[in-house]
Amino acid sequence: MTAVGNSATAPAAAKAGNDHDVVIDVQHLTKRFDGRAVVRDVSMQVKRGTIYGFLGPNGSGKTTTIRMLCGLLTPDEGTGTCLGYDIRTETDRIKRKVGYMTQRFSLYQDLSVRENLEFIGRIYGLQKPRQAARAAIERLGLTGREEQLAGELSGGWKQRLALGACTMPSPQLLLLDEPTAGVDPKARREFWNEIHALAADGLTVLVSTHYMDEAERCHEIAYIAYGELLVRGTVDEVIAASHLTTYVVSARNGNSLSTLGQELEHKPGIDMVAPFGTSLHVSGRDAAALEAAIAPYKARDDLDWQRSEASLEDVFIDLMGRAKDNFQ
Amino acid sequence: MNQLIPTEEPRRMRGDGFWRKTWAVLVKEFIQLKRDRVSFIMIVTIPLVQLLLFGYAINTTPRDLPTAVLLQESSNVGRSILAALHNTRYFKVTELPRTEAELDRLLASGKVLFGIEIPANFERELRRGDIPAMLVAADATDPVAASSALSALGRLVQTALAHDYAIPQAGSAPFEIRTHARYNPAAKTELNIVPGLVGTILTMTMLIYTALSVTREIERGTMENLLAMPITPIEIMLGKIIPYVLVGFVQAAMIIAIGVFLFGVPMLGNLGVLAALSTLFIAANLSIGYTFSTVAQNQLQAMQMSIMFFLPNILLSGFMFPFAGMPLWARWIGEALPLTHYLRIVRSIMLKGATVSDLHYDAAALAALMLVAMTIAVTRFRRTLD
Repeated sequence: MTAVGNSATAPAAAKAGNDHDVVIDVQHLTKRFDGRAVVRDVSMQVKRGTIYGFLGPNGSGKTTTIRMLCGLLTPDEGTGTCLGYDIRTETDRIKRKVGYMTQRFSLYQDLSVRENLEFIGRIYGLQKPRQAARAAIERLGLTGREEQLAGELSGGWKQRLALGACTMPSPQLLLLDEPTAGVDPKARREFWNEIHALAADGLTVLVSTHYMDEAERCHEIAYIAYGELLVRGTVDEVIAASHLTTYVVSARNGNSLSTLGQELEHKPGIDMVAPFGTSLHVSGRDAAALEAAIAPYKARDDLDWQRSEASLEDVFIDLMGRAKDNFQ
Repeated sequence: MNQLIPTEEPRRMRGDGFWRKTWAVLVKEFIQLKRDRVSFIMIVTIPLVQLLLFGYAINTTPRDLPTAVLLQESSNVGRSILAALHNTRYFKVTELPRTEAELDRLLASGKVLFGIEIPANFERELRRGDIPAMLVAADATDPVAASSALSALGRLVQTALAHDYAIPQAGSAPFEIRTHARYNPAAKTELNIVPGLVGTILTMTMLIYTALSVTREIERGTMENLLAMPITPIEIMLGKIIPYVLVGFVQAAMIIAIGVFLFGVPMLGNLGVLAALSTLFIAANLSIGYTFSTVAQNQLQAMQMSIMFFLPNILLSGFMFPFAGMPLWARWIGEALPLTHYLRIVRSIMLKGATVSDLHYDAAALAALMLVAMTIAVTRFRRTLD
């Protein structure tokens, strides 16, 4: 209790102690809306310079957690610090040093690119907002579009502008809420290259996403479903911790596997069946039970069974299924 | 796995279904209306409240008009007239000045609407049959209020005298009422209406500018971004109000110029004072509009609140109907409206040449209304999305 008190009054001194590299440090965060817990007992630590992926299905509480971190929502329970500042009492300080990119485009649609950036520059108290905006436009590759209204930009450019807007005041932490939703693959790749470049410079990035390929680009990930943080760690750690055994089945004669899939789904020992292109992923938590379940099918000569590493997607779909079972 | 497409083809009705589709939209609209609680409540309360409020408050035959009586002689007839004035519902004697200068000041400041002067030797001349003159000065900036009361005055005094002193009523009246309509001798209504319009138009335009300012940001989703930035509610409020002060100032200048040059409204007072107090009035309305936008949940509600506020401004401020004619409770409501105070300010400055010292009460009231609105707005402003 005294340690918490100290960190609130003298955050710099407290941080200088054991873990000065922890940018986000929250414990047991809970948030309810109308009595319904949207986030339950979430604890997480994020180290400086990390790209931290925040994964989970729609409505799992990702946005709510991010909003609690940057002071837009007050947690009902739990404590924590963001950049060393208390997330309950020092939100004004947090806001000055955090760049938050909202899920929905939230810059002014009826202002031009340049006017939006100058507005942000002024609010964050940059000495020369015009110059800062001009520099940001060049950095973002938006030259030639600076006088275009933000609302008229295409999805990819809007996202670039939004990222530029939240990095312009040089924050120490970026909170990106599904930044690549609705953005084409090329723009997504460029976006991630940029995130890695920013992290290499020491910026910490917390990014929420649905995309598995994006999760694999993160240094660390956390998976949240139904408001609860189910697993966290590096991608390899998360896969290893799942103890999932997976087989890839494909048809030798090119027949459809949909009837097989429906058959396998309800067998004991098989926890998940998911179609991937022309093949099926069949997974189970108990390797022995899985082997027993598929043994009769392995004998069929029209099917090709390959044991494989569980993919991140397999792990997440399995986690989600399990969380749902607990939840109901 | 769940089937997304129904296995059985659903049966459909024949024809284009014009009414069926209309019905579908109608049902949807009703559901949405029901969800928007505030709008739903307003559907009932707006007509009810406004009808009761204005039905009882508005009265074109004004009562209890504040009157000052200057008795230049201490006589029975004088006291009798005073008593008669007390007993009518038209006049309410609120001041008994000692000198003519004092009486003039009371009229100029708007504390009284009538000044009745009973000159020295009134009783003696009356008894001698000399037909003495009773002097009545009326504030004719509001001609409606003045005229009906004036027409009642003569009969009133005559009856009182006949009753108390057996002064015969036969033939012509034994005295003369010499009326002097101050400030608007020709009783031109436009002299009253045009300055009033300055305030009414400004109220309407200013309210709507700011009433949508916060709800618009919430509906467009830009509020989340704004809240995540290091900015305080006061900074947001002032930033949103100040540009429109300028807009309002231009509007006010335009209306006043048209009033003076086109409608021939005199400009007897100081233009600088009028400009300063107009700015205060504009800022007060903008603050009230901004307060609505922090309370309303969407733009429709903000508009409804503005209209709810605008109507009493027109009807209870003294713009359309004489302020003095309203019952006390309605006048209290009127005192809480910025337009009531601004009407007094703009009419007094333009038509009476009033100075700041005549208007400090109304100026202070405007400032107070503005500060109250701003305080509510800043405390109501939600700094989080909780």
